[in-house]
Amino acid sequence: MIGRLLGEAGTRARIALGLAALVLLAAPAMVDDYLLTVLTQSLFFAYLGQSWNVMMGFAGLLSLGHAMFVGLGAYVAGALFVHFGLPPVIGLFPAMALAALVGAAIGFLGFRFSIQGVYFALLTIAFAEFIRILFDHFTWVGGSSGLFIPVDNRTVNDLVHLRGTPEMFYYLALGLSVAALALSRLLLAGRLGHRWLAIREDQEAAQALGIDVFRAKMAAVVLSAAMTSLGGVFYAFYFNNMFPEQIFNINLSIELLLGPIIGGLGTLIGPILGAFVLTPLSELLSALTERHALIGIKHFVYGLCVVLIVVFLPGGLWPWIARRLGLDRPPGDGT
Amino acid sequence: MPLDAIANIATAGLLTGLVYGLSALGLSAIFGVTRIVNFAHGELMVIGMYGALLLFQHFGLAPLWAIPIVGAALFAIGYALQAGLVNRLLHAPEHMQFLLMAALAIMLVALCLMAFGPNAQNVTLESAYDSVEIGVLILDAHRVYAGIAAIAVAGLLFVFFRYHPLGKAIRACADNLTGAAVVGLNVKRLFALTFGIGSACIGAAGCIILMLVDVHPYLANTYTLLAFVVVIIGGMGSLSGALLGGLLVGVSEALAGLLLQPSLKSMFSFGLLILVLILRPEGLLGRRS
Amino acid sequence: MSGARLEVRDLSKSFRGLKAVRNASFEVPAGEIVGLIGPNGAGKTTIFNLIAGVMAADSGTVTLDGHSLAGLRPDQVCRAGVGRTFQIVKPFAGLSVQRNVVIAALNLAPDIDAAERRAVEILDRLGLKPKRHQLAGALTLPERKRLEVARALATGPRLLLLDEVMAGLRPTEVDVMVGVFKELNASLGITILLIEHVMRAVMALSRHIVVLHHGEIIADGTPEAVTRHPKVLESYLGEEALG
Repeated sequence: MIGRLLGEAGTRARIALGLAALVLLAAPAMVDDYLLTVLTQSLFFAYLGQSWNVMMGFAGLLSLGHAMFVGLGAYVAGALFVHFGLPPVIGLFPAMALAALVGAAIGFLGFRFSIQGVYFALLTIAFAEFIRILFDHFTWVGGSSGLFIPVDNRTVNDLVHLRGTPEMFYYLALGLSVAALALSRLLLAGRLGHRWLAIREDQEAAQALGIDVFRAKMAAVVLSAAMTSLGGVFYAFYFNNMFPEQIFNINLSIELLLGPIIGGLGTLIGPILGAFVLTPLSELLSALTERHALIGIKHFVYGLCVVLIVVFLPGGLWPWIARRLGLDRPPGDGT
Repeated sequence: MPLDAIANIATAGLLTGLVYGLSALGLSAIFGVTRIVNFAHGELMVIGMYGALLLFQHFGLAPLWAIPIVGAALFAIGYALQAGLVNRLLHAPEHMQFLLMAALAIMLVALCLMAFGPNAQNVTLESAYDSVEIGVLILDAHRVYAGIAAIAVAGLLFVFFRYHPLGKAIRACADNLTGAAVVGLNVKRLFALTFGIGSACIGAAGCIILMLVDVHPYLANTYTLLAFVVVIIGGMGSLSGALLGGLLVGVSEALAGLLLQPSLKSMFSFGLLILVLILRPEGLLGRRS
Repeated sequence: MSGARLEVRDLSKSFRGLKAVRNASFEVPAGEIVGLIGPNGAGKTTIFNLIAGVMAADSGTVTLDGHSLAGLRPDQVCRAGVGRTFQIVKPFAGLSVQRNVVIAALNLAPDIDAAERRAVEILDRLGLKPKRHQLAGALTLPERKRLEVARALATGPRLLLLDEVMAGLRPTEVDVMVGVFKELNASLGITILLIEHVMRAVMALSRHIVVLHHGEIIADGTPEAVTRHPKVLESYLGEEALG
C-alpha cells in the first residue's frame, strides 16, 4: 500500500514529502491560535480543491457548482445533529450519500443528454442555485436565517461529536487533506484514473479504446460530490453556522476551485499548494487593509492571481516549482 | 385573482424582459462571434449601472440620456479586455477562457465594492411615480420607457449587424472563422470590436435597468446568471433568441412572483434553464451544431 | 490471439438526404489484409464509423465472426475485438506516450503492471520505445501516426481498422509501417482493413481490395484485377496513382 502510494516518486520527492509532513504535524505546537486558524482554513480549502480536482483535473468535467455539495454535506450532518442529536461521525454517511445522489442526477442528465463543456458547467451552476433557493425556503433547517450548531467550547476532544479544541480541527483538516491526497494518488495509478485521464484528453479516442465514458464520468462526479460533502460536514462543525446565501453561493464554488487552478490543475500537490498560497494571502491582505476598510481587496487580488496564472502559467505553480526543484517524474503524467 | 391584475403583471414582466433581452443580446453576440462565454457579463452591467448613477449624481443626467456616454465607455472597456487579454487565450481550452472571465468578474465586483461600497443606491427621479394607462393596463411610466429604450437599442444593434459593413464582417467571422481569416479580415480586431459592441449593449441595459432597480455590487452575479438563463433558453449566439428568452424569463418571473413567493421566482428560471439544457441544449432559436 | 472475420452486408447511411454509403457489401476473411480505397468523400470513413459504432447504420448489418455489432457503442465494439485509428490522429496530448498506450492496453490487461508490460512491448514493436516518456503532444506527425496504431493494437484487437495511417509519411517511413503490419498480420494473425490513399502501401499489403465510389462499391478483387478494372481506372486511379 505505502509502496503503491509512493510509487515512482524519486528520492528528492520523498524527502520533500517527509519534510512537509513533519512541518505540518508539528505546526500546532509552534504557532499561535490565529495562525492555526489560517492553517486549518488552508487545509480545508486544500481538501475542497482536491475534491473538485477529481472531476475537473482528472476527468475534465468543469463544475462551477461545487458549493452545493459543501452545503448539502453541512446541512445534512448539521440538521441531523441539531434535530436528532445524531453525531456527525454517523451523520456524514447520509450527507455523503445525498451529495453523491445529487451528483449522480447531474451526471446522468448531463452525460445522457450529451451536455458538454461550458454547458455542463452551466448545468452545475443551475443546480447549485436551484438548491440554494430551495434551502432559503426550507424552514426545518432555518431557511435564509441559517442553521446554528450549539457552540460548546470543550477542552476535551470528542471526535464523535466533532467538538473540541482548534488543534483537533487542525489535525482533522490535515487528515482529510492527506486522505484525499492518498486517494487521488491511488486512483490516478489505477484503472479508473487512467480512464479519466483519457476522457479528459480526448473523449472520442477514449471511447474507441474500450472505455465506457458514461460510467467513468459518473464515477468522477459521484466521488467528487461525496468527497466535497465530507468537507461540508467539517464546515458545519468547525464554523458552527451555515446560511444558504453563503454555503451554496457561487462565490464559494469559485473560491474552492482557485486553489487547484493556481496550484496546478490535475496535479496531486497543486490543490494543496494553491490553497496554501491563497488562504494566507487573503489573510495577509485583510490584515494589511483593515485600517482602510477596503472590503473588495481580497477578491481583487484573488482575481488578479487567476488572471496572471491563466495568462502566463496555465499549468499552474506546482509543475513549475517541481521542475525547478527536480521533483518531477517523467513529464506529462500530470502528477 | 382578477384577470386585469394578471395582465398588468404579465405586461410589466414583458417590459422588464425586454431589458433582460437587451442585456442578454450582449452576451449572445459576444459568444456567437468569439465563442467566449462572458462570465463577467453581470459585472459589466453593474458597471454600466454605476456609470449611469454617477452621471445622475454629478450632472443630473437621467439614466436614459446616459446611455450614449455609458455605452461608449463600456465599448472601450470591452474592446480593451478582448484586445489586451482575451485574445491571448483564443486557442486555450474552453475552461481556461471561462476561468479568465470568472477571474475578471471577481476583480470587477471587487473594484465596484472598493469604489462604491456594498450598499444599494438608486436614482430618484420625479417621474418615478408616473403611470401610463392603456386600456385596463396601468403601468409604471419608467417601465414603459425602459421597454421602449431596450427595443430602440436592440433595433440599432440589429441594423448594425445586418447593414453596416463592419457588422457584416463580424457576422462572417461568426459563420466561418477560417474563411474570414482567409479573405483577409482581421479576426482579432473584429473580436475586440464585437466584445466592445456587446459590452456597450450590456452597458445600455445597465442604464435602463437602473430606472427599475437599485444598484449594488453583488447584483452582478444575479445578472450574470440571469443572462445565462435567458441566452441558453433563446439559444447561445442567436440574437433574436436572446430577446425571446428575455421576454419569456421576464414574464415567467413576474407570474411566478405573483403565484409563488417572490423570492422563489429565480428558482423558476433555474428550473427552466435545467429543462432547456436537457431537452434542447442549443436553445429555442439556436442552431443545432 | 487470432484474426476475426468481418462481414458487411447491404450497409447504407445517409446524412440529410445525401447517401454517404449505399448497399455496401464486402467481407474481410479472418487473418486477411483488405484495402478500402476510393476518392475523397467516397464514404470510406463513414464505413469505418459504422463498423466502430460511432454512428448507427440506416440499414444493413455488420458482423464479426458471425456476431452482430449492431447497436453497440464504440467502447463495446472495441471490447468485441475491433481496434481502430482515426484519420485525424487523436493522441492524449497531455499524457506520456507510454501512458497513452497503457490506457489502451487496460482494455484487456488484468492490471496496470500487465498493461505497462504490454504497452512497452507494443511501443518497441513500433519503434516508439525510446520516446515513451515524452509527452504525446510533443511527437512529430509520423510518430503520432505510429502512436495511433500502437494504441489500437494495445486494445488487443482481432480486427484492426486503419484509417490513412500512411498519409503524410515519407516513402521510407511507409515501407517501415508496411513491414510492421505485415509482421503483425503474420505473427498474430490479426485481420486488417485499411483505408489508404498511398497506393504503394495498399499494393504491398492487401491481398484483396475494395473500391468505393460515391458510397457504392464499384470493384472488389485482387490488387491486379482491381487496378485493371475499367470503372476504377476511370473514377479513381486515373493515370497517376499507380506509382
